[in-house]
Order: sequence, then structure tokens, then C-alpha cells
Amino acid sequence: MNLADLSSNLLYVAFVAYLIATFVFGGAVKGNKEGTFNSEKRWGKVAITITLIGFAANLGYFFTRWGATGHAPLSNMFEFTTAFGMTLVGGFIILYFLYKTAVLGMIVLPVALLIIAFASMFPSEVSPLIPALQTSWLAIHVSTVVIAEGILAISAAAGLIYLLKVVDPAKKSKQRFWLEAMMYSLVLVVGFVVVSSFFSLTGYEAEFTYVDKEDQEAAITYAMPPIFGMNEYVALTDGAMTPLVETPALVHAGKLTTVVWSVLVGTILYWLIRLIFRKRISALLKPFVKNVNLQLMDEIGYRAIIIGFPIFTLGALVFAMIWAQIAWSRFWGWDPKEVWALITWLFYAAYLHLRLGKGWQGEKSAWLAVIGFAIIMFNLVAVNLIIAGLHSYA
Amino acid sequence: MENLQCQCGHTNPPGTKLCESCGRSLTEKDQNSKLVDMRYEGTARRSQTYNKSIIDKIWNFFSSVKVGVSIIVVLLVAAAIGTILPQQAFVPASTEATIQAYYADTYGSIGRVYHALGFHDLYSSYWFIALVGMLAISLVIASLDRFVPLYKSLKNQRVLRHPSFMDKQRIYGSGPAAEDTLEKAETKLKELKYNVRTDKNGLLAEKGRFSRWGPYVNHIGLIIFLFGVMLRMIPGFYIDESLWLREGETRAIPEVPGYYLENKGFALENYTGEGGEEVFGEALDRVGTVAKNYQTDVVLYQNSEDALPGAADSQEVVAEYPIRVNQPLKFDGYAIYQMDFRLDELKAMTFALTNKETEESLGELTIDLINPVDNYELEGGSTVELLGYYPDFSGFENGEPQTATPLPNNPGFLVELTTPETPEGETSFITIQNTVEPLGENDFKLTFLSADTRDVSGLTVRKDSTLPILGLGGLIFMIGVAQGMYFNHRRFWIQQKADGTVLLAGHTNKNWFGLKKDLDRVVEYASLPAYTDQQDEIDKVEKAEKEGETLS
Repeated sequence: MNLADLSSNLLYVAFVAYLIATFVFGGAVKGNKEGTFNSEKRWGKVAITITLIGFAANLGYFFTRWGATGHAPLSNMFEFTTAFGMTLVGGFIILYFLYKTAVLGMIVLPVALLIIAFASMFPSEVSPLIPALQTSWLAIHVSTVVIAEGILAISAAAGLIYLLKVVDPAKKSKQRFWLEAMMYSLVLVVGFVVVSSFFSLTGYEAEFTYVDKEDQEAAITYAMPPIFGMNEYVALTDGAMTPLVETPALVHAGKLTTVVWSVLVGTILYWLIRLIFRKRISALLKPFVKNVNLQLMDEIGYRAIIIGFPIFTLGALVFAMIWAQIAWSRFWGWDPKEVWALITWLFYAAYLHLRLGKGWQGEKSAWLAVIGFAIIMFNLVAVNLIIAGLHSYA
Repeated sequence: MENLQCQCGHTNPPGTKLCESCGRSLTEKDQNSKLVDMRYEGTARRSQTYNKSIIDKIWNFFSSVKVGVSIIVVLLVAAAIGTILPQQAFVPASTEATIQAYYADTYGSIGRVYHALGFHDLYSSYWFIALVGMLAISLVIASLDRFVPLYKSLKNQRVLRHPSFMDKQRIYGSGPAAEDTLEKAETKLKELKYNVRTDKNGLLAEKGRFSRWGPYVNHIGLIIFLFGVMLRMIPGFYIDESLWLREGETRAIPEVPGYYLENKGFALENYTGEGGEEVFGEALDRVGTVAKNYQTDVVLYQNSEDALPGAADSQEVVAEYPIRVNQPLKFDGYAIYQMDFRLDELKAMTFALTNKETEESLGELTIDLINPVDNYELEGGSTVELLGYYPDFSGFENGEPQTATPLPNNPGFLVELTTPETPEGETSFITIQNTVEPLGENDFKLTFLSADTRDVSGLTVRKDSTLPILGLGGLIFMIGVAQGMYFNHRRFWIQQKADGTVLLAGHTNKNWFGLKKDLDRVVEYASLPAYTDQQDEIDKVEKAEKEGETLS
């Protein structure tokens, strides 16, 4: 077995360990009697041990891949997103040892699993670095950013737990709607993973040529049956499905097809859950948070931001500017990724001012933390895949 | 407004909430509240005191956290809007008209509106810069409004406070105690690294006051950063030039007097997937070619100090350096970056003068496409005169050949061919694969034989003297953030009355848990009376009331 194979096997080990730990954490929390934490104490130890084993394997994946490629595995969508899943678990482990909260593991680990699964839908073979990335600043800048984002995401997890506890599932409200919307969007990610895995396992491929927005002839390979066709498409694969709609050149029909498939499958999954359990997902999770200490969750969320914000500043702004000055001759160029890093930073700055200056604690703070995570995910997914810029490495 | 006279005799400036000397509440509202509001120590903040003149109003506007956060949010949304479509710097168009057309053609009506609103150049728009300016003003005013009174107040703290100040602190306790309690408490607090001051029958223990300055320090860092960004508008601080340098060429470096750069050769290297790169084979198969290196080997020359300007032979070699991405050539505060390239630009073309009928050659000539000479004498007495040269021929306008750019992308030559047979000369217009004979049928023509090409390096010349200032700003910001976030300001006030009763109060700007941990150790060691967290008590009462409401 060479280093690259070892690396991907270690990632599987981590994935399975996180999966098991999720259920053990869930069971540990569920087993608590109202107002007591005995089950959590006992089973929490087991769960965190499994998490630690998974995290060790995850670190093993990271460093063996580093060894195999000769560069820090943070250079494309698969590598960065996987690392994000890893730092999310790392951030959780730190906060678990500070606050001993099993319920945090029950929320963070499945999200980390989802992120790693999402990452695996992108090409994962080891790839060489383009000249701009051939410097140790890749490791310094990107690892700092990914650690910061992992820690900041913990605050969103704490916020989510807070909201699951305080939002009343029996009463119609804006809060209930948005909380469920968050759950639904997580299920959509599952939908993406399911549909991508299905078509990649069945080996679906359909090739087309089309005319792009610069009026140039271009080629595209669909990995899913094309619902939308590219501008002036010509099918090259026999027997492939004929696109239902042809889009103008401005719209990337290939990406749109992926999105629509994911939403379709995700929505079906969501409705299945609703049909089987006859409850909102947020209501399903309610029994798990019955013992949650709201003040503690608020504290964890705040603590995560206090740790994450300076690291984010260092990685996503300071180190980013130093590297940009070296590689691109200017420390700032309003590239979309740069702008969204600034937006993320401004957002957390606003969070801190509202919390410290205006006393926004508890529920308000929790909503903000969740929005912060949405911004981070937008910067990771949408800015890389939709908005073209210097950082579009995927 | 009038000064406020406290019962203790101290005169406080208008707007003060807690007496600067003894800590008594000065307003009725504060006197009736259970806990005292300790933010900014109850000092008089300008923004909370005056609201008459226009200056007061501006000051109050910018010192508000609500306004500050609103500016941040507006900036954030504006910045996001600027990423919906690419900014003009990233679109393949350069003039005002072509940029407008690009947005309309590529993005349709959305693009037209986006351009019309000026969002294609959002980050240099006046309103965006004005927003950043407002943020800077807010940073300064909000900081001054809070920092000055806070600093004065903490600097002039008295040890002894009035009991009504102490019992309105969140951490409070009172009860009988032994005579040596104060001394013991002092010893323990000193052991816990508190600064302890005593006065008559009381003590004030304090730790981590500097953490209160954290927010102001980080704001100073941001102001320095923004100041540095502004400085680059002053000439001399900032240079951004591009330099296209052909292989073999030496040119003066723009905006860098006395320096010359020679391009010894440009190399573009791609990954092969062989040898040590086998591991990348799969990825290369999928995406095709991946660049491994862009490199320009250069020689940097400088005029000797005593030489006349422009005298070529007096140049000294300063450095020989391979400029690569991430490895700019640095000298004397300047840096030269590998940014772009053009492969295989035409350098020279070689033709043969041939007789159309016999196809017999009368000799060959090579035309340099950058600096062509006008006359070419061939061996047999024939000559070729270059009447006109159009490096990037784009068609005829009013019968005149035109060139789109000065780059030899599509060279056109207007030549007069003179041979012993045709001494009066024949005129011919030659472009690649095409010859036009404007003055009638000719006997001779120029036949294309070969072309030489070379690569061109696109280099960027940069000087940015503001970088140290920006770095300093960033450093101060990070120090301020750490200072304010990772440390906290803890204080204890302890007094022993004549009858032996001890009053005990504690305050911290955050992390009450840590404060209580410290206090527990002191209480145990010095046998201080038990204390309560009055906030918890209030919360409990509120909770009970709430539940009472739902029950009834």
C-alpha cells in the first residue's frame, strides 16, 4: 500500500469512527433522565474516546497525504473541505474537554460527517500545485483559516443547540420556520451526497459541446442526467438523456443540473422523514436537548468566537495579505474570495460589538452564530463554484 | 449643565452616574436599582451628556455602537453586492465603452443595471470609500468617548467606597470577621498576583487593568491600517507599473530611475506526470496540462553614479535573478513580479525577392519586426524599401493601411521592390498569406521564407512604502484583540467597619466564573464572610415570577 492509499484508508477510518461516535453521543444524551447527567457522563467517555480515535486517523490522513503529494493537502476543494471537517472535530474536542458537553458532539459530528462526505464528491486524486501555490504560505495561510473556521463553526453548533431548546416546535413562529429551514438545508447536502454517489457509482457520463458566454466552443461532461442543457449544446454521448431546457450562455447548466438534482433528492428525503416521523426535524431533536444548560451553550458559542475570531483575522486577512503581496504583487485586490473573507470578518466584528456593546446574548447571539456559519459555507462553496475568481481552484 | 455635588463632598462633572470619589449613585434611577451599572465605571461620557450643538450631535452619532454596527453591516452588504458580477478589473475589456458593452452583452439586462448603478467598480466608488471613512470616524470618536473617562476614572480610583456602591455590586457579601482578616486577605490576594492598595480600614485589589484598553488598542491598529491605505495616494509611496520585456531585450524599468532590466529568457514548464510526478498522473489525465513554473531569467543593471544618463556602457550589473511566481526580484524598496507572458511573439520575418515567372530568387532579406530598417540592399543590386510598416494590420481606412496595436501580431509591409530589370520600382503590400499590388501587376514579389519568434514576459514593477505601516497597524490590532479578549480586569473591594463587620464586593468586566474562583480562595484563607452573586439572585426571582405567571 503506498502513502496515498494509506491516506484515503485513514480517512475512511475517521469517517466510520465519527459515525459511530455520533450515535454514542446521541445515546448518551438521550439516556439522561430529566435533570441528571449520569448517562452522559458514562457514555460520553466512550463517545469522546471513539471521536479521539477518529480524529487521530483524520490527522493521519492529513499528514500521509502531505507526505504523498509533497505539499500541504489544502490546495483544492476536496482537500480544503475535508480539512474543514477535521478542524471542526478538533474544535469540538477542545471545547468538550473545557465544558464536557456530549450534546455538542451529537450535533458537531454529523455536521463534520456531512462536510467530509460533501468533500468526497469532488475529485480527490492527488494533484500538482500551480506556480502561485508553490510556497510554504499555502500551509501557513490555509491551515490557519481552516482551523479558525472549524472553531467558528462550533459556535454555530452551540447556537443551533440553543435554538433547538428555546424555539417552541408547537407554536407557529418565524423562529420555528428558520430553524426548520436550517435542518432542511442540511438534508439538501445529504441529497447532494446521495445523488452524486449514486450516479458516480453507476458510472453515468454524458458529454456535450456548447458555446460559452465568450462565444467560444467548449466541452462539458455531465456526471448526472442533464436536466438543463448548456447554451447551443450538441450531445456527443449516444443514448444520453436529452436536456429538458436549454439555458442561455450566462447560466452554467451543468452546475444548475447538479443543484436541481440535489434539491430534488434532498426534498424527497426530507418529506420521507416528515412522513415517517410525523414531526419536524427540529422537533425530533428536541428530546435530545432537554437537559441543555442554555447559559453554558451561550458561553460555549461566545468562547468559540473569541478563540476563532483572532485566528481568522490572522489567517484569512493578515497571512492572506502577506501572501497576496508576494504572489500577486498586491496585498488586496477585491477578488471575490478576499471580499468574502472580509465580509466574514466584518460579520463577526458586528457580532462582538452587539454582544459586548448592546448586550445581545442568548437567542440573538445564537442566531448570529448560525448566520456566521452560513457565511463561511457560502464563501467555501458558492464563491469557489459559482463566482469565478483567483481562488477557484476546484 | 451643572456639576454634580456628591454627599461625600466631591464635585463630579455633569453626566456622572457614580461619584468619582466614593462611588455613590448620583441619579435617582441608579439609586433605586438593585445593581449598579459598572460599564465605563459610571463616568460622564460626552455622548451621554451633551446634545445641543451640531458638534454634539455629530459626536453622539458616531460614538454610538448601534451606528458603528450599522456602518459595518452596510459595508458588508455593499461588499457582497460587488461580488455578484465580476468587477471591471476582471473583465476582458479596457475602455469605458467596451466595459459597458461587455456587461450588457454578457449578462443581459442584469449586467446593464449593474453597470448603470456603478457596481462594476464598486470598491473605488465614492460612496463605498465614504462608508469606509465613516467607519474610521466612528472608530475614533466611539473610542475617545469611552476611553478618556474610563482611563481617568480607573487612574484616580479610591480604595474606600461608600457601602451603597459595594452592596450594589454583583458580587457582594458582609458579615463579622476576625481582626486580622484584612491583612490575611491582602497576603492571599498578593499571592494571586493582584495589586493591592490599602487605605485606613479598606483595601482595593486589582488585576489585569490593561485588558480594559484592549478595544481601544485594536481600534488604534485599525486606524493606523486605514491611514496606511490612504497614504498610497501620495505620490512616491506607491508604484504599480507593468513592463513587457521580450527575450533578449533590455529596457529601463518604468518609474525606477537609473535601473534597467534585461530578459535573458522566459520559460514555461508544465507537469509531465513522469519521474517524481507519477503520483499526479491521474489528476493530469483528468484536467490536462498543469503549469509547473513561469520563470524569467533577468539581469538588473544600474547606471554608475558618475556616468551620464543613458550611456549604455556605464551600466553595472546589480543582480542576476530568476523571477518566478512567489519569488519576485527585490531591490532598493522595489519588487518585480512574474505576472503574465506571451509565447512565440513574432520577432523577425525572412523573405526572398523572387521573379514571379521564373521563381528565381534575387536574394533574401530579414525584417526585424520591432525596429525595422527602411532599406535592404540585396547582392545582385536589387533593393527593397520599406515604405510603411503596420505591426498589427487591421484593414484599410480611406485606402490607408491601419494597425490595431504596436505589437507584431499580424505584420503588414508596404514595400517598393527595385531590381535591375525594374529600376523604376514596383509597389507591393504584404501581409501574412496575402499580397496586394495597389499600383498594377508586378513582375517581382517577396516570398515568405521563415519567421523567428520569442517569448515576452509580463512583469509588474511595484513599490509600496505603506507596507510597514499596514504591518504595524495589523500587529497593534492583533495585540489589542488578544489584550481585550484573553485577559480580564478583576477587582475586589474589602472594608472592615469599626464593629468588625467586613464588607466585600467584587467586579470583573468578564468571566465571572474566574473571579469567583479567585475569591473563593481568598474567602477560605482569610475567613471572609460568604458572598452571593446578586445577578443570579435576580435571575432566579425573575424566573420564578415568569413561571408563576404561566401557572396562574
